[in-house]
Amino acid sequence: MFLINCPFCGEREQSEFKAGGEAHIERPKQPTELSDDEWAEFLFMRKNIKGVQFERWNHAHGCRKWFNIARDTSNDQIKTVYKMGEKPPVE
Amino acid sequence: MSKNLRFKSSKLVDETYRVSFKFNDKTYYGYKGDTLASALLANDVHLVGRSFKYHRPRGIMTAGSEEPNAIIQLHDNTSRTEPNVRATEIEIYEGLVASSQNCWPSVNFDIGGINNILSPILPAGFYYKTFMWPKSFWEKYEYFIRKSAGLGKSPKEADPDIYEHKYIHCDVLIIGAGLSGIMAAKMSAKNGLKTLLVDEKSFLGGSTIYDNSEFSKINNQITSSWLEKEINEISKLENLEIKTRTSVAAFHGYNFLLARENLTDHLPINQRENKIRHRLLKIRAKKVISATGAIERPLIFDNNDRPGILLSSAIKKYIDLYGIACGENNILFTNNDTAYETAMSLVQRGIKINAIIDNREEIESKLSYELEKNNIRIFKGYTVVDTYGYKRINGLSIMQLSKDGQKVIGKKIKLSCDSLGVSGGWTPAVHLFTQSGGKLKFREDDQVFIPNKYPSDQLSIGSCNGDLSLEDITTNTVLSVKKFLNINKTDYKTFEIITGINKSKRNIWLLPSDKILGKTKSFVDYQNDATAKDIKLALREGFRSIEHVKRYTTTGMGTDQGKLGNMHALGIISETAGTKIGEHGTTTFRPPYTPLTFGTIVGRNVGEFFDIIRRTPIHDWHVANNAKFENVGQWKRAWYYPKENENMHQAVQRESKAARDYAGILDASTLGKIDIQGTDASEFLNRVYTNAWSKLAIGKCRYGLMLNEDGMVYDDGVTTRLDENHYIMTTTTGGAANVLGKLEDYLQTEWPELDVYLSSVTDHYATISVCGPHSKKIVSKVIPDLDFSDEKFPHMSFKNTKIGQIKCRVMRISFTGEQSYEINIQSNYGKSVWEKCMEEGKDFNITPYGTETMHLLRAEKGFIIVGQDTDATMTPIDLQMDWIVSKKKYDFIGKRSLYRSDTIKDDRKQLVGLLTENPKEVLEEGAQIVADITKSPIEMLGHVTSSYYSPNLNKSIALGVVKGGKKMLGQKLIIPMENKNINVTVAHPVFLDEEGERLNAKL
Repeated sequence: MFLINCPFCGEREQSEFKAGGEAHIERPKQPTELSDDEWAEFLFMRKNIKGVQFERWNHAHGCRKWFNIARDTSNDQIKTVYKMGEKPPVE
Repeated sequence: MSKNLRFKSSKLVDETYRVSFKFNDKTYYGYKGDTLASALLANDVHLVGRSFKYHRPRGIMTAGSEEPNAIIQLHDNTSRTEPNVRATEIEIYEGLVASSQNCWPSVNFDIGGINNILSPILPAGFYYKTFMWPKSFWEKYEYFIRKSAGLGKSPKEADPDIYEHKYIHCDVLIIGAGLSGIMAAKMSAKNGLKTLLVDEKSFLGGSTIYDNSEFSKINNQITSSWLEKEINEISKLENLEIKTRTSVAAFHGYNFLLARENLTDHLPINQRENKIRHRLLKIRAKKVISATGAIERPLIFDNNDRPGILLSSAIKKYIDLYGIACGENNILFTNNDTAYETAMSLVQRGIKINAIIDNREEIESKLSYELEKNNIRIFKGYTVVDTYGYKRINGLSIMQLSKDGQKVIGKKIKLSCDSLGVSGGWTPAVHLFTQSGGKLKFREDDQVFIPNKYPSDQLSIGSCNGDLSLEDITTNTVLSVKKFLNINKTDYKTFEIITGINKSKRNIWLLPSDKILGKTKSFVDYQNDATAKDIKLALREGFRSIEHVKRYTTTGMGTDQGKLGNMHALGIISETAGTKIGEHGTTTFRPPYTPLTFGTIVGRNVGEFFDIIRRTPIHDWHVANNAKFENVGQWKRAWYYPKENENMHQAVQRESKAARDYAGILDASTLGKIDIQGTDASEFLNRVYTNAWSKLAIGKCRYGLMLNEDGMVYDDGVTTRLDENHYIMTTTTGGAANVLGKLEDYLQTEWPELDVYLSSVTDHYATISVCGPHSKKIVSKVIPDLDFSDEKFPHMSFKNTKIGQIKCRVMRISFTGEQSYEINIQSNYGKSVWEKCMEEGKDFNITPYGTETMHLLRAEKGFIIVGQDTDATMTPIDLQMDWIVSKKKYDFIGKRSLYRSDTIKDDRKQLVGLLTENPKEVLEEGAQIVADITKSPIEMLGHVTSSYYSPNLNKSIALGVVKGGKKMLGQKLIIPMENKNINVTVAHPVFLDEEGERLNAKL
């Protein structure tokens, strides 16, 4: 079970959090302009890589804030935690 | 028992405290401090169980948690009875009752023993191969296979014991209080680190604590005395907590570990009252030091499983720690020096050793000279080829090993014995290390897997790290712990070690025999009866992966997880396949290291604490009025209120009729309520609902449908505009938390520019819904100051008002199709307002109704229930709710998905009404809907989602989803049931009052 360093509350047990999938997938501003394929790309396509992955997490049983983490999926090490709207860290 | 197998003095056993216990209905005596295994051995009882497949007689083999054979059923009392308890772990107490398992009628005469004779036709994979044909017969075979394969009985009554969970945070956790663990604990605690030391045993010191030999010394003191002083010292340290009888079950990532602290299992039953039995410790440690020791390996030869055959280290432990001899005529069989320590212990107690058989041709240890001086025969370069005795070993035969160790040569020599100690060297206990994600490496010298790469801030020390000699353990423990904990000062300087043994070893995984392999029974996994022959068979049949061989032969799949034999299985595989052992890796060690009871896992979360129960403020009234309840999420909702002898159907019919003819009252407090405020609240609602919200006037209510981004219906409910920038949204009962989460997600991540704030107020209000043609008269009496005229208070509007001094909100909204008012008032006034409504409604036959009637009434109107009539594949268009989807809005959640190629298909499942040919026939919810039953396979068009008998229409009504259903109005379809086909006609889903006249009906 991870320890996640919530940017608002500090280090807490994973059980207080909810995972929200891949980060940095922005909802298109003008969905009506998109083709079916382009919309499907936003709606369904997600990465599943071995290595560092950017993910959304929500401190559901805490401050209820969403934030991002960079997690290595091969060993579950969390490299960085950063707030919504911030750019992903460069390796 | 005439035999005297117990000595006067021992380290652990208190001979002033005699304890009586029962095993297989016979009474025996032991002493406080004995395990069940040691007490049985003291009584010369070796035969304790039957093996799993062949029902061979089996005896106690070890003295620890690795025991494969001596697994017993504890207690005869049905609520406490517990299967698969290891006799080597359970401490005896006055009145203990235990019995053998997996045997019938008794362990001495077991009918299943016939499998032993049949064994030539029961090879690996026998069940897979034999019971596959014909396939349909499996269910018949299964009953008998399960019956004959049972491992113990589970309790049939509720567990009377108390369990609990506890969180522990520490700087350093040390697992195992043997020599290296004690040293590490001292170094850690003395350097100011908050340290926790746990050990599965009742005592500290591991196997070193009974290392009493003159040939084993640390700094000129007998090793055990040296360690005793260390233990005395650490027990006074302030920042060290020591927990015995505590076994670590799981080692997860981020140094999160689960351990079971056993608090009462060693006490007589009458002393356990009101005490916690097990405590599950949830440990978060900054650093973890594993000092889990090593497990002695058996040797693999023909008939190596007879009662009386033990690990040599177990024999030593029973002598030196418990003061018990495992036999009067011992033979030791070894490939390394360990067995010579056991031999010395036997010699010191004056117990006969008939012979020592050693695989090695040359032996250089001091101990062997000493033993030869005592006239003990040592057969060098020999191996055991067979053993004799059915329920107890009585002899064995040996032969010389060829130079390459692949064959036996020369003459067979027979020797007698009543106990055989075997030693195949040591296997570091790396189970927890690998559980945590650690990677192992293989050390060729002595053929062991040792820790290589640590996945977290942890360290392995002592013999679990492959340091198997006293010298290596002491020196390396100090060095590596100093570095790991980043400390400079320790009390340890140099160690002067005297030891009688050296490291030489002759490792042969499968010892040769004069018989062909097919005629031998050389057990690798004792508990699951997997033999060397089975493993070779699996390889011959093409299995290569160790994980596949494991599953095919069931090696390592017992409750002991193959703690003894896994290495031999790997060794035999690599020898047979001609590969290097390190290349195969090991099979995965999974938690728990030793089994946990369900009670320990569940802790206090039993009975009403199993899950959170939410009750409405009006709950007590429902109970007092005979309501039956249904669970909706965590809520207890009134389901129906049966009168006298009514069954559910009768009650629901009465309630439904009353609600339409007179008045009904429903507790709707469980509906989710979200308070929405902010200058952008209207824009926010525009984006989350499918319909338009900007123009909703203050004081008005509107129904909204919320989609997922994929266009599928997610939730629905009525939202009311309380003020310019203030709304209150209602959600479904089950969806409340998720809807709030989803809305927060959009606000925080997609639309942070919106000025909107959300709060859950579900629990703050009680919601009372009064409906029916008389509802207006009733609420007018409850709230006399409010003008309820249709002009002043039309449908879909709301009023702020007061009942007495208490503020409340009244919404005129309807889920039944009747004129209906919802009173929302601060929770703690809910019950008194409900009672007031009941009182004022008495003259109008006001009838409380539950969720079942609510569902029936809304179905008459064709109103959907999200989650019942929808799953995550229904768009509003599929639901025939096109009217609620705004064409004008540029965007809302899910809009773009409503015209994807898939969502605009004509043959999607669509919601329709269904009327049965026979109006009395009520369909089953979930039943399949088809059109053509002549073709096979029959095409499934959809299923029934809601179905009721409507007392207001006097006929059966149903909703269902049907492929292309919208265009099927009037068409005949078929609902095939087990014993009949029901004919139905597709209908419009609104069955009653399509024009909505009842909403404003005047009486």
